[in-house]
Amino acid sequence: MSLIEITEVRKSFGDNEVLKGIDLNVEPGEVIAIIGKSGSGKSTLLRCINGLETINAGSIQVAGAQLATDELHLKALRLKVGMIFQGFNLFPHKTAGQNVMLSQMVVKKTPKPEAEAMAKKMLDRVGLGHKFDAYPDELSGGQQQRVAIARALAMQPVALLCDEVTSALDPELVQEVLAVVKELAAEGMTLLMVTHEMRFARDVCSRVVFMHMGRVHEIGPPDEVFGDPKTPELRQFLGAQH
Amino acid sequence: MIEFTTWDILRNLLLAARWTVVLSLVAFTGGAIVGLAILFLRISKGKAARVFASGYIELFQGTPLLMQLFLSFFGLSLLGIEVPAWLAAGIALILWTASFLAEIWRGCVEAIPKGQWEASASLGMGRLQQMRHVILPQALKIAVPPTVGFSVQVVKGTSLTSIIGFTELAKAGQVIANATFAPFTVYGFVALIYFVLCFPLSKSSQFLERKLNVAHRNH
Ligand SMILES: Nc1ncnc2c1ncn2[C@@H]1O[C@H](COP(=O)(O)OP(=O)(O)OP(=O)(O)O)[C@@H](O)[C@H]1O
Ligand SMILES: [Mg+2]
Repeated sequence: MSLIEITEVRKSFGDNEVLKGIDLNVEPGEVIAIIGKSGSGKSTLLRCINGLETINAGSIQVAGAQLATDELHLKALRLKVGMIFQGFNLFPHKTAGQNVMLSQMVVKKTPKPEAEAMAKKMLDRVGLGHKFDAYPDELSGGQQQRVAIARALAMQPVALLCDEVTSALDPELVQEVLAVVKELAAEGMTLLMVTHEMRFARDVCSRVVFMHMGRVHEIGPPDEVFGDPKTPELRQFLGAQH
Repeated sequence: MIEFTTWDILRNLLLAARWTVVLSLVAFTGGAIVGLAILFLRISKGKAARVFASGYIELFQGTPLLMQLFLSFFGLSLLGIEVPAWLAAGIALILWTASFLAEIWRGCVEAIPKGQWEASASLGMGRLQQMRHVILPQALKIAVPPTVGFSVQVVKGTSLTSIIGFTELAKAGQVIANATFAPFTVYGFVALIYFVLCFPLSKSSQFLERKLNVAHRNH
């Protein structure tokens, strides 16, 4: 059994069908890059996996937790997959440390001292141990995104969903975030990331998914996808990247 | 005829003003509690709850407070439930205040970026937990100035309860004006007392709003 099983997933917004039957199985420790044109449904797919969007057909399962619409099932699923957003979405009224502590205490009912220790550990892990007491607006974009990663990691998920986590960053801040993601990959975290960083996808990912018009149009190891694209759509997409 | 000194007039008005203050506090506190409940219904996921809440808000904002006072006083006694004026006044003012506070606060909740809901949801928080720990603390900050500003309307709104016979500042003014034949002095004082009650409220609302605009730091 795969860690993430996505079977025949369909999703429409009104009569606009955005996902037209997605099948994807992800093994533990795999790092998957999702690439594709704007509007091809990459974000929607990630958002379906942790229930931010409801699916119209098909099924999604993460480490045995089935996607359903009720709050209990959703919570079980969300404890298994963390999500990192393009816009960081840190809680502005809480410090970096409190951001990382909050959901541990509220959702998992972790006692405060343990949540605090975990927050320190996770902030250290992303290189921000010294920013424990800083508020989000006192941090750079890259630092905020690293706090967001620490916040997701503190819930000890089995997989992380990353939606263009460096797209909102100034170019000089991109690398510090990618370095953290790369380290997670090396430590064996299962990652599903929508990205425009083709070099990163090539270097770090085990498989690349090319989405086109709501379908998985091509999938394979980075060498194959980037080195020997089979379909004209992928060739055109890769050509347009340079 | 008995002679009333200015001090007599003022003293009696101030005594009655206590009831204006008490009624304002009751209306505001009760209105805040009911308003919070209406707010939760208004932004809940259930359609029926949302429809009920917006119906409630439309109803109480779309009819004059005076009619609401009449209905809660005379209407209830028509149904055979005798309510004293203070109770009818309290109930009507609470319900009226709640409708406005719920709507003010809904605006504040909706001003919080969607990403805050999504991030907290993706961390596994339930809806109430999201509200309590993420949304309301942020919404509260932007809600303070308009809420304090609205409290001025509540204080002035209490003057209408004189119509159903509750003796607060406005009613006392009426009675004393009739007894002293000095309506100009009496109502002048009445207006002054209302002003003294309301002015600090509206000033602090403006102050809070400015302070919030200057401090764009969100904590
Ligand atoms: N909440 C929504 N309501 C209606 N339509 C939506 C919604 N979210 C996404 N869509 C539509 O779904 C399609 C796919 O959107 P999605 O955000 O998944 O694309 P994407 O591949 O992530 O694109 P990008 O690279 O620009 O982020 C688009 O046509 C978009 O307009
Ligand atoms: Mg997207």
